[in-house]
Amino acid sequence: MKDAAHLLRLAGLFAAGIVIFLLIRRELVPAGFGQYGHFRPGAMDAVRARPMTYAGRTTCEMCHEGQLKLLQTGKHAQVGCEACHGPQAKHAGDSSSITPVLPTPHLLCPVCHEANSAKPKGFPQVAAKEHSGGEECTTCHNPHRPKPVG
Amino acid sequence: MSMTRRKLLFLTPAAAAFLDRLGGEESTPPSKYLLADHYWAMSVDIGKCIGCGNCVRACARENGVPKGYFRTWVERYSVAGYPSEHPEVDSPNGGFDGFPGKNRPGSKSFFVPKLCNHCAHSPCVQVCPVGATFETPDGLVLVDKDYCLGCRYCVQACPYGCRYIDPPRQTVDKCTLCYHRISQGETTACCETCPTGARTLADLKNPKDPIHEFLRTNSVQVLKPHMATGSKVYYKDLDQSVR
Repeated sequence: MKDAAHLLRLAGLFAAGIVIFLLIRRELVPAGFGQYGHFRPGAMDAVRARPMTYAGRTTCEMCHEGQLKLLQTGKHAQVGCEACHGPQAKHAGDSSSITPVLPTPHLLCPVCHEANSAKPKGFPQVAAKEHSGGEECTTCHNPHRPKPVG
Repeated sequence: MSMTRRKLLFLTPAAAAFLDRLGGEESTPPSKYLLADHYWAMSVDIGKCIGCGNCVRACARENGVPKGYFRTWVERYSVAGYPSEHPEVDSPNGGFDGFPGKNRPGSKSFFVPKLCNHCAHSPCVQVCPVGATFETPDGLVLVDKDYCLGCRYCVQACPYGCRYIDPPRQTVDKCTLCYHRISQGETTACCETCPTGARTLADLKNPKDPIHEFLRTNSVQVLKPHMATGSKVYYKDLDQSVR
């Protein structure tokens, strides 16, 4: 045993080194690192934690049944509510105090329907100013069922 | 207790294993969303895009994208003739304000919406020196902003130009495919507001997802297929002039 003392000291040093290494590693490596790959899973949670700005059409449909029924009978049936009405997650969260502002038709409609040679054939396009002759779009078209009645 | 060499040999790895277990506690996912159940992608139907810019505006609002930076944008191509080595491409303010009508008689014009392709073999992930950019098990390419150094390697590596340096943080930022939305059962902001359904979020692991029918029955292409990035944004009827 006496002859092995120097070896024991060396082994002790190694063991201490390993323990120190593991302690430092434990501090530096983030929790769960490597669980799904070479990254920190917490980063996924951080991205997911962002609040939503757009409520989504299904949320709108929960209250606005009347508009939904009308919408489904026309050409805009597949258009999401917030495509025209803008982000409404706040309104969906607190509908009593936050009232959405209605879009201005002659500014909104041409965003999609202003004629442009790059738009696909068959998509209804007009030169808005000539088409309307200064009238508001909603004079003839109901945006929820755009085909003019009568 | 005397420490023999034999005891030490046994105890050291045991202590190491114990400490490692203490350090490597698994993080639990916050909601019922299961990573293994999804593999996200997107389909884009070129024939339906009207260049309204709704997607660009919605993306900016949903994700707080700074002015002048884009996680998604729309390009207008004008191809005068073939071979179309140098098609005319414009994207005023990324299509944020739409596209002023321009008639180019004799040329073929169309819109191409672009965004991060969430590549399965992503060049940006490969070059990140600190592992701050990664591919998630559910098929997204995300950024760990707490670990990003802002070195810009990935910005250069992305063949699609989908990354930018977020000015206030000076770390990289990009499309997350609205991870905060899709992990809660909603679609992305760009798909939510696309009036013609040109963009559709797709879950390749969902056998009922229309994407399977879409891929089976259409001529589908990805951008820069020769780079073998494993892009998961599938374009229907993509013109060969698109870069």
